[in-house]
Amino acid sequence: MKARVHVMLKNGVLDPQGEAVRHALGSLGFDGVEKVRQGKVIELDLAETDEASARETVNEMCEKLLANTVIESYSVELV
Amino acid sequence: MHAAVIVFPGSNCDRDLAVALEKAGAKVSMVWHKDTDMPAGVDFIGVPGGFSFGDYLRCGAIAANSPICRSVIAHANKGGYVFGVCNGFQILTETGLLPGVLLRNAGLKYICKPVGLTVETADSVYTGGYAKGQVITVPIAHHDGNYNVDAENLARLKGEDRIAFTYTDNPNGSVDNIAGVLSENRRVLGMMPHPERMAEALHGNAEGATLFAHVVNQLVHA
Repeated sequence: MKARVHVMLKNGVLDPQGEAVRHALGSLGFDGVEKVRQGKVIELDLAETDEASARETVNEMCEKLLANTVIESYSVELV
Repeated sequence: MHAAVIVFPGSNCDRDLAVALEKAGAKVSMVWHKDTDMPAGVDFIGVPGGFSFGDYLRCGAIAANSPICRSVIAHANKGGYVFGVCNGFQILTETGLLPGVLLRNAGLKYICKPVGLTVETADSVYTGGYAKGQVITVPIAHHDGNYNVDAENLARLKGEDRIAFTYTDNPNGSVDNIAGVLSENRRVLGMMPHPERMAEALHGNAEGATLFAHVVNQLVHA
């Protein structure tokens, strides 16, 4: 089973990299981009076959390592 | 006084930190990240600057979960002294020993230059050799030094006099110009600037040496 973890800065946390991307898009002529947020996608190949326990384990991985929950939120997608 | 300096793959200020501690009179043991225990009798742990594990995932995140860091956390929880500089500060926030996080610099650039620091409290073994309000010059060298903490923890840091140093001219966007913070028991300090790089006359000045001298002096007589 594969898991895909999306890690994003929480709303309200300044994302200077997203801002820089927004400026660069503007200078390329892409008008109307009001906000850019940049995050991470982490793909995991798991030996686990049970969805519920895979989800539980991946959530634990996110809490302990993959995300810093002080500033980041995460979501887990099983594929 | 026996100090341990942790060495991670990618640490690059470990030897500078060891030299600064030795010059101040400490006995220093270098401790590899895969070790699980501190050498016997360690009073003080230094977590050095650098780019541990290539800053993969987030600065300090992999190091914070390395085997030796369990020992660092246990040492701090027993009331031991832990000092993190630069990447060391990032690691200490990732372990949860210090509140907040270090985000990408607001200007997005890596900054390497001497900066002015105001000593905000003299009430710690680290800052007791300075006077409250004193301004010292110490270099910074970081890409992710933009200190951020939620409003509740910021109020606690202020209310408990736990902001150790602030920048005189904020280089990186840190909230309230914060450059270094103390733990609740004032024995864990994390700071982005590098006092070990301003610790002898050849460095330009020796204002950073005061920090190490005071730590060693206090712990020897503790």
